[in-house]
Formats: sequence, C-alpha cells, structure tokens
Amino acid sequence: MPPALRRTARPVAAADYWLKNPIRAFVGPEVFNCVLVDRRPEVADKPMDKMLAALDEGSSLIIFPEGNRNMTEDPLLPFKAGLFNMGVARPDVDLVPTWIANLNTIMPKGEVIPLPLICTVTFGAPLHVKDGESEDEFLKRAGDALVALKPEEPAP
Amino acid sequence: MNSTTSDLILLSLGGFAILVALTLFGELVRSRQTSGQANPVLDTYMTRVESWWGMGIFISLALISGRLGVVVLFMFASFAALREFLTLTTKARADHWSLALAFVVVLPLQYLFVWCGWEGLYTVFIPVYAFLLRPIVSALRGNSDRYLIRVAETQWGLMITVFCVSHVPALMTVEIAGYGERAVLLIAFLVIVVQLGDLLEYFFGRRIGRRKIAAGLSPKTIEGMACGVGCAVVIGGMLAWITPFGLVGAMAMAGTASLVGMFGNLVFAAIKRDRGVKDWSHLIPGQGGFVDQLDSVVFAAPIFYHLTVYFWMA
Repeated sequence: MPPALRRTARPVAAADYWLKNPIRAFVGPEVFNCVLVDRRPEVADKPMDKMLAALDEGSSLIIFPEGNRNMTEDPLLPFKAGLFNMGVARPDVDLVPTWIANLNTIMPKGEVIPLPLICTVTFGAPLHVKDGESEDEFLKRAGDALVALKPEEPAP
Repeated sequence: MNSTTSDLILLSLGGFAILVALTLFGELVRSRQTSGQANPVLDTYMTRVESWWGMGIFISLALISGRLGVVVLFMFASFAALREFLTLTTKARADHWSLALAFVVVLPLQYLFVWCGWEGLYTVFIPVYAFLLRPIVSALRGNSDRYLIRVAETQWGLMITVFCVSHVPALMTVEIAGYGERAVLLIAFLVIVVQLGDLLEYFFGRRIGRRKIAAGLSPKTIEGMACGVGCAVVIGGMLAWITPFGLVGAMAMAGTASLVGMFGNLVFAAIKRDRGVKDWSHLIPGQGGFVDQLDSVVFAAPIFYHLTVYFWMA
C-alpha cells in the first residue's frame, strides 16, 4: 500500500487473540495499527463503538465480515451482522468488497510460517445499505458481491 | 584487472551494444507509425527489450562481482520462480510444512552447496533427499486426498526452479584444466547463446515461419527454430574464445543449449495452457514472471552443465 494510505488503513482484529502474549500485543496495535475489539458480550467497550470511533477519526477499516477464518470448503462463511450495523450507522461510508486470493494456503489458521506464494487482491465496486433493506438481504448481497470477485480457478 | 574480468566487461559492452541497437530499432519503428495507433507487436517487443536491459545489467554486475554475487542473484531468481510455480500447483493444508521447507530449507541449502562448490551434494540434494523427505512430511499430516499429484507437482517445481536454475551458478565451480577461474565465462556463454537464439527464433519465426511445431500450444515454427538454433551455433562459434570447448565444441554446445532451451519454452507453454494462465506472474512489467523470462535458460542449464563436466572436466 502507498505510505499515505497505510497510515489511515486499520485492520479490525480480536483483542483476545492479539493481546495473548507480549509479542502479539506489540505487533497488532503498533505494527499493523489494529483496532482491537473485545468480543466478550459483557464488556462495556462495545466493538461497534470502537469501529465507528475509528471511522469518525478518518481511518479506513479493514474488516473480515466472516468473523473467523474460513476452514471449510465453501468460498465464504455467512457474514456477521457487524457489517450491516456499520453500514446503517455510517451510511456515507463506502463498503468496498475485497477478495484476497490464496490467503488460506499462504497462512492457514494455526500455522506459524507463511508461505511466500503470490497473493492477488481484487477490489469491487463500493456497496451501501439501501433504504429499507433488511439485514439478511444486505449481508447476502455483500457476500455475493465478494464471491463474484474470486478469480476463476482452472479445473483440477 | 585480470583477463577474466576484462573479458566479462568486453562481453557486457557487446551485449549492451546489441541492446542499444534493438532499442534504437524499436524507437525508429515507433516514430514511423501513425500517431495514436496501438501496435501490440511493437509494444511487446519494446517491453521485452526493456526487461533484457534489466537482465543484462544484473547478470553483468553479478558475473563481474564474482561467485557470491552470481549465487545470490540466481538464488533470488529461484525464489521468485519457485513462488510463481507453487502458486499454481495442487496443494492441501497438509502440505503446509513441506512447502515451507521447500522455501526456507531446500532452496537456501541448495545455493549454499553451490556456493561451497560441493558438487556431490548439489547434484543429489533435490533429486534424492528433498524428493524422499518432503513427501514424508506431507504424509505425516495424514491427508491422502490427491496425495501423489500434490507431492509430484511440488517436486517438479523444485526441480525446475531450484535444481535447474542452480546449475547456472554451478557452472562456476566446474574445474577444467587450464581454464581455472575463467569458468564464470561459461555462464555468460550459456546465457548469451540461449537468449540470442530465442530472440532470433522469434524474429525468423515471424518472418518465414510456416509449419507450427506444436499447433494450439505455441506459435513456434520449425523454420523459426531451425534459424534460431543455426544462429546460436554461429554465435557460439564466434564466442569460442571465451570457452574451453574449442571452435567445434563451442558450436555444438551452443546449438544443444539453444535447442533444449526452445523445447523448454514449449514445455512451459504446455503447463501454462493447462493451468489456464498466460504468464506465471506480473512481476516483470509487461513481461510476465520470472519463469517466463528464465524458462529456456533453466531447461538448458543442467544439460549444458552435465555435458561440460562429462567432456571437459579435468
């Protein structure tokens, strides 16, 4: 990414993972400039508030709406409600679907060494929550828009 | 400055003179065409010449700097090529460790062996040790789905992008009586005859090519290849003074390397066609990837190496 964009683009990540040990606690917030969110339901500091605050500061957020690493054969897990709630709360923010090819081969969940394979990132047209669109409709539309970006794979 | 270095500088200058001529020719054609009209053939040609400039400069600097520079240059080329190759092969989650080993252990060790000149190791390490040990690592994860395809494709990638590529710097370690440290010139000889043979094959193929050698796979023609190899033989003869082969030997070696390289190009075209890609990657602007750029030299290198050792080693 160009340096100017790098400063404002911030990934949203889970605090329980990134604060587990001192190395992660340094790398997550300091190197990647993560917006750390606490997934426990009882906390007062709600994830959505932190994300909206970061947006209001002018940051661009990188969110993984599947909410977890996809370990299945399906191209995409069903999206969590967060994407819809954010789209409703900040309707003027562009939600850009972004497909990262090869990610699960390069660094599957639980592995330590990433493989230095070629990783293609495909961006789609920005989405917004339409007037009167329900949560399920929007999440389905967003998921379809993302899967449409998936590069064609040659037949095995 | 010793004679090897001065010969290398002379060769580099000769190579750059050819590149200047090719660049001027392209600019001349460009200036003659009506403005605003795209000419894809010319554009392809110009980007190709540009990447040759890059290759020429890097290889010249590496050869002049000595063994370490050459080994490091080809190690990076190998790494980029392996990355491109393994992106397209069949793999599963269970292969993660065995693929990681290919990148972080097999590749650096192979070049370490080449750097140290341990011929007994760099010629058997990948075809024997990596070949046998990596499948074990994959099997330990207990996934048999398409197992043979997975291990075979990865091994093929290692052979081509690490084993074969490493035989270019390995030429420096061949000990030939009365030739000594001039062995570095063999690399220049190999790269020059193969690349110029390819260039002239492309040129004559477009001019007089009729019969396709493998229709549906590559635009290569019998006429183009014959002319390309013929030119490589002549160029090899003209460069005989930098080799220990003698005039006839140099011509035969140049012809063999060029012919094998062209067929190597065909093999890579078949792989790309099978995987449904046009280029291996987009790392070199307008040119595709490292494998696209290296394919003929990669194929020719181990055979050129073996023939040199077999016929000329002290």
